[in-house]
Amino acid sequence: MIEIENVHKHFSTLHVLRGVSLNVQKGEVLSMVGGSGSGKSTMLMCINGLEPIQGGRIRVDSTDVHAKSTDLNKLRRKIGIVFQQWNAFPHLTVLENVMLALRKVLGKSKAEAEAIAVEQLKHVGLGEKLKAFPSRLSGGQQQRMAIARALAMSPDYMLFDEVTSALDPQLVGEVLDTLRMLSQEGMTMIVVTHEMRFAREVSDRVAFFREGLIHELGTPEQIFDSPQRSETADFLRSVL
Amino acid sequence: MMQTFFDTSLTLNDLRFMLKGAGVTISITFWAVLGGSILGLLLGLGRASAPWWLNGPIGFVLDIFRSVPLLIQFVLANSFKSIIGLNWSAFTVGCVVLAIYTASFCTEVVRAGILAVPPTTRRAARSLGMTWAQDLKEVVFPIALRVALPNWIGLTLGVMKDTALISWIGVVELLRSSQIIVTRTQEPLFVLGIVGLAYFVLCFPISRFGARLEARWREND
Repeated sequence: MIEIENVHKHFSTLHVLRGVSLNVQKGEVLSMVGGSGSGKSTMLMCINGLEPIQGGRIRVDSTDVHAKSTDLNKLRRKIGIVFQQWNAFPHLTVLENVMLALRKVLGKSKAEAEAIAVEQLKHVGLGEKLKAFPSRLSGGQQQRMAIARALAMSPDYMLFDEVTSALDPQLVGEVLDTLRMLSQEGMTMIVVTHEMRFAREVSDRVAFFREGLIHELGTPEQIFDSPQRSETADFLRSVL
Repeated sequence: MMQTFFDTSLTLNDLRFMLKGAGVTISITFWAVLGGSILGLLLGLGRASAPWWLNGPIGFVLDIFRSVPLLIQFVLANSFKSIIGLNWSAFTVGCVVLAIYTASFCTEVVRAGILAVPPTTRRAARSLGMTWAQDLKEVVFPIALRVALPNWIGLTLGVMKDTALISWIGVVELLRSSQIIVTRTQEPLFVLGIVGLAYFVLCFPISRFGARLEARWREND
């Protein structure tokens, strides 16, 4: 379970998160939507400690993420994250991209790591591209590779930060299909997205971010069909 | 005409003497590039990640070494050595000065390479649970190396030729050995031609090595 309690985050003078509180249960799919600069991506980076916070507390399975005593490298093994820019390691093949952390972080043998990597890459439909270098892949394929790379660590949670925003429109579908598949498999997911139809379809709950706060939180039906706040309605009207 | 062209007073002994000089040139280059690269790697890493108050002073000192002509640095260091009573040979002084000079350039080569790695790529590595050191070793250095290698090769070739300046503090390397021979044979063009060729023979493999590595990496781009 991810527990977010009154989290504040500043980038120097910019107050990006102004007291966000939220719990995400095991097996839940939560979408974060909202305008750019509303703090949703920053929230995601705080959950696995890629960004420090200045107030409040985030706990993942009762571990305080930002406590000094927390071993972030260890904690991150169970929180996978996929970014907007797919961030392939350009000097490694697709297979090696997925194997790297298995070998170096989890200490798996080469054979073991390769078996896991091949399985994960097949799972996201890249079984034919194992020996290819990332530069030979389309954006959608690179993004699916990034998903396989995160999944290979068998995380308990997956965070997705606008994973389709940098893709050509015709490549968005294949990545969303992969996310859909994961949600059906019961993966706990927090998905920052601009794909409203997708959010509505896969989410258990949707959080609408505005000015560094969760402005409205509810089931997809509540948020999309009968938003309680006028700002939520305005935002949805502007993007749909 | 042909007869006189090849009629030289250069002896086999002279060639052996120059070969020895070439050995000294290789030796100085080796130590200077080795020391300079290790120091440059550390300083470059520091400059890419250190806070400004540390970065500024390091940058300033390196700027001094990069801006003052190498010849002046050799002569000053050699005199300074005598003043403080260090019992170093001119060869050692030459290697140390050239290593620091190399490091001052290598630092920027390394820094530029590291900064060419997108922060988001490093973030992805850390998000997989890799430590700072693992991120550097497995992700940053391999990517940075591809950016830095051509500059590093250029630097090495430059250093190889800069070793000639060490003759000013009395080290007999390739160029100096040839000048000694010229004073006797009075055939400067012929001897310098040979020496020029020798420098080329020394530099060419390094240059080729770099080009081959680059070509191999390019296949993956």
